[in-house]
Amino acid sequence: MTKTTLNSFYGKAPNKNTTAHELAKGQREISIAEFFEKNRHLLGFDNKRKALMTTIKEAVDNALDACEEADILPEISVEIIEMGTDKFRVIIEDNGPGIVKKQIPKIFAKLLYGSKFYKLKMQRGQQGIGISAAVMYGQLTTGKPARILSKIGLSEPAHYYELKIDTAKNSPDILKDEVRDWDKEHGTKVEIDLEASYNKGNQSVDEYIRETAIINPHVTLIYSPPKGDQIMLVRATEEKPRQPREIKPHPYGVELGMLIKMVQNTKAKSIKSFLKEDFSRVGDKSAEEILENSKILSKTKPKDVNRDMAEKLMEGIKKTKLMMPPTDCIVPLGADMLEKGLKKEINAEYYTSVSRPPSVYRGNPFAIEVAIAYGGDQPADKQINVMRFANKVPLLYQQGACATNQAIIDTNWKGYGIQQTGKNMPVGPITVVIHIASVWVPFTSEAKEAIAHYNEIIKEMKLAIQETGRNLAKYVNKKKKVKDELKKRSYIETYIPHIAEAIKEIIGISATEEEIIKENLKYLLEDTRGKVAEVGFDPTKNEEFDADFASIGKEKKSEDENSEEDKGESK
Amino acid sequence: MSETLKKIKKTATDLFRSIKLKEKAEMESPVRSLNNVIYNKKDGFFELKGNMKKRTLSANTVKTFAQTLKMMALSKDLINAKDIATKREAYYVSKNWGEARFKEQPESDAVMDDIEATFSCNREQLGFIADEHGGSVAGELTVIDKDTTSGKEIKIDCTKFGSGSYSVPSDVEHLKFQTKAKFILAIETQGMFERLNKHQYWKKSNSIIVSMSGVPSRSCRRFIRKMSDEAKIPVYVFTDGDPYGMMNIYRTLKVGSGNAAHINEYFCVPSAKFLGITPQDIAQYKLPTHPLKEVDIKRAKDALKNDPFVQDHKEWQKALKDMIKGKVRAEQQALAKHGLNFVISNYLPEKMKNEKSWLP
Repeated sequence: MTKTTLNSFYGKAPNKNTTAHELAKGQREISIAEFFEKNRHLLGFDNKRKALMTTIKEAVDNALDACEEADILPEISVEIIEMGTDKFRVIIEDNGPGIVKKQIPKIFAKLLYGSKFYKLKMQRGQQGIGISAAVMYGQLTTGKPARILSKIGLSEPAHYYELKIDTAKNSPDILKDEVRDWDKEHGTKVEIDLEASYNKGNQSVDEYIRETAIINPHVTLIYSPPKGDQIMLVRATEEKPRQPREIKPHPYGVELGMLIKMVQNTKAKSIKSFLKEDFSRVGDKSAEEILENSKILSKTKPKDVNRDMAEKLMEGIKKTKLMMPPTDCIVPLGADMLEKGLKKEINAEYYTSVSRPPSVYRGNPFAIEVAIAYGGDQPADKQINVMRFANKVPLLYQQGACATNQAIIDTNWKGYGIQQTGKNMPVGPITVVIHIASVWVPFTSEAKEAIAHYNEIIKEMKLAIQETGRNLAKYVNKKKKVKDELKKRSYIETYIPHIAEAIKEIIGISATEEEIIKENLKYLLEDTRGKVAEVGFDPTKNEEFDADFASIGKEKKSEDENSEEDKGESK
Repeated sequence: MSETLKKIKKTATDLFRSIKLKEKAEMESPVRSLNNVIYNKKDGFFELKGNMKKRTLSANTVKTFAQTLKMMALSKDLINAKDIATKREAYYVSKNWGEARFKEQPESDAVMDDIEATFSCNREQLGFIADEHGGSVAGELTVIDKDTTSGKEIKIDCTKFGSGSYSVPSDVEHLKFQTKAKFILAIETQGMFERLNKHQYWKKSNSIIVSMSGVPSRSCRRFIRKMSDEAKIPVYVFTDGDPYGMMNIYRTLKVGSGNAAHINEYFCVPSAKFLGITPQDIAQYKLPTHPLKEVDIKRAKDALKNDPFVQDHKEWQKALKDMIKGKVRAEQQALAKHGLNFVISNYLPEKMKNEKSWLP
């Protein structure tokens, strides 16, 4: 382009058969599959280590969503087998509802195919990229197809597929399609070979599995890492979470592109009924108001709505005051459950948690939950530990870019007796768990690693942190008071013998009397002060704590070095 | 058994009983501050108003209780052994008391003062003496003391010290005096005392001169009081013309201090008169001056506002107000402007003659 522009600028007649035409020869449509092949980091496949975690995460997220929708208590097994240097096979099997035969190839071997994109419902997956991206990554790095086995009922056959993605066309390439025996009532099993590396420690598969169990207490996970024994993470509760309700989009949350798509696909006959039927919180009156504000006739047919009109409609929506969307479609975990999960992972001396009432950002309902663990085994001289979850999915990467980070550093932790210099991460023996539940969690990228900085979201996060922070401050102050009291008591005990001794020196009492004096003084000075409350860390007090569970994926020294190596390699 | 010893034992016994019966243990002593004194007009000294501070044994007072009792035990030992300890020595003795020891001497001094006040006695009766110098004396006076080892009476002629002087001991209760002097002159500075002594001012004026070296110590106050009472002669006080000389030195000598109000009755000289430099003198003698410091002004204003003695004497109120207004002070030595011995030849004789120039 630059070249042609320069040529015309100098007044030279561009040769029709040269630059532009030559360029045009090289220009062709790039499929989404091809694009992501070259930009795998956008999907969370930046390096071998992360690729393993992302692949497992996508498969498990899908399994959990499917179970939730079918109202099944999930039992998911994750197996990682080392096939050779940097070659792994992952096998994820669930007891979900299964997938109907004709959908299997599309779900696993076509990017952006899915049931979730136009849905506003609190669930893990959002856009139908994840699992097919994992399949593509596997095929790219090992050349092997993904193997899927799925069964939808006891009397139904189990279908087995071997699938690849035709990356140019973004369509499934079916290598094998057959019926197999599977002694399972229903469920899906996914097998993917990929280039990867397995490590423990931060941002590892182990950490993902552990945190998934914390945030999904109703799930049983059977985890077989490449080294070591199989780990059974039995569900902590038989109670299934309430089914999240699907809601129609709220006008405030719709962007122009989305609006255009919606208006193209609507079944409504008029623009007014489109607004009423396809959106939440738009009634007869408010629909008319929007159209009036947009200067669009209410009888306009949706198919006649062009880009300009859509833009006018956006303006009209902005000008119209609408009721906020219903918020009962959100199913938070609940403060108690969140705290219970945290107790399992961290043996601390104090826990506090809060589940905020739902709120709304850009027309999307969301709710924030926060739990804090203080003291105990946690190091006091390091930055606080943060665990982030979005719609019950652990977020392990990009903490610094996450709204949670902003909310934490914007909070004044000094007020809660925790060290903090300026707007930095506080330092102290603390783990903060933040969970955002929403019909649409705004991530900063498709890899779904960090939550976008919406003011409404950060505000709610801060309110939740502040609420737990105040509880924490109460505890920290109480602890300080008790410490002072104990100090005072030892102070008292320091001087009691001197009083007894001086009395003895002045009036010559007997040794027995001196002892009586000491005892009585102790009574007069201490017992009258009441009992000292028991605070402090008792490692045996937390019955929820599961040392084996907490140690899953924790690095030992030698493994630490490996992970450093891996980091260097990935860059 | 001495009265003090009885009081110490009674305190300990009462405490012992209360503690044994698991009853509230308490100790009481008068509040030692200017807020708790009234000016006894009739007898001319500060006496206690009667506000008591009651210490109940608690976590906050346990240390003070221990220290007070230990100090009483030390006092008991001193009295029994007929020994003495200076305030500083007592502080060092406390270093044997483990955690109950005093960190700084002001802490032990305060405990000592509390015990004194509680028992309405003076520290010498407790076996303690001051660290500070008691004062220098010269002039027409014979002090009758006892030899400290033999107990034999000895007579000390205060005209026979040459350029030196007699030093007031810390305990003056046993002293007796013989004198034909007509008055006692108490002087603020050692320098002025030296000048008057060198020129034998006491001989010319038939007097006794005493150097107080700043605020007079208790024994110095008691010494002057005893001389004045026994010989029935007046006491004149010669200080700098500033609020410190007037209030801290003169007022303490005359009516006592807030801190030692429990013993002021004996440790002050109500008959004393102020012959020091006044604002009027500054004008009259055209004395060289220094500007009043902020602390001087504060001292003068405090005295006008809070000092019961000043509140009872219009003359003093006027003098202090004049000083604040004039914004200047003058030292005794400023008289040297008119010649080194102007103070002997002119100032003191003129002052003596003119009773109106005195302050009460």
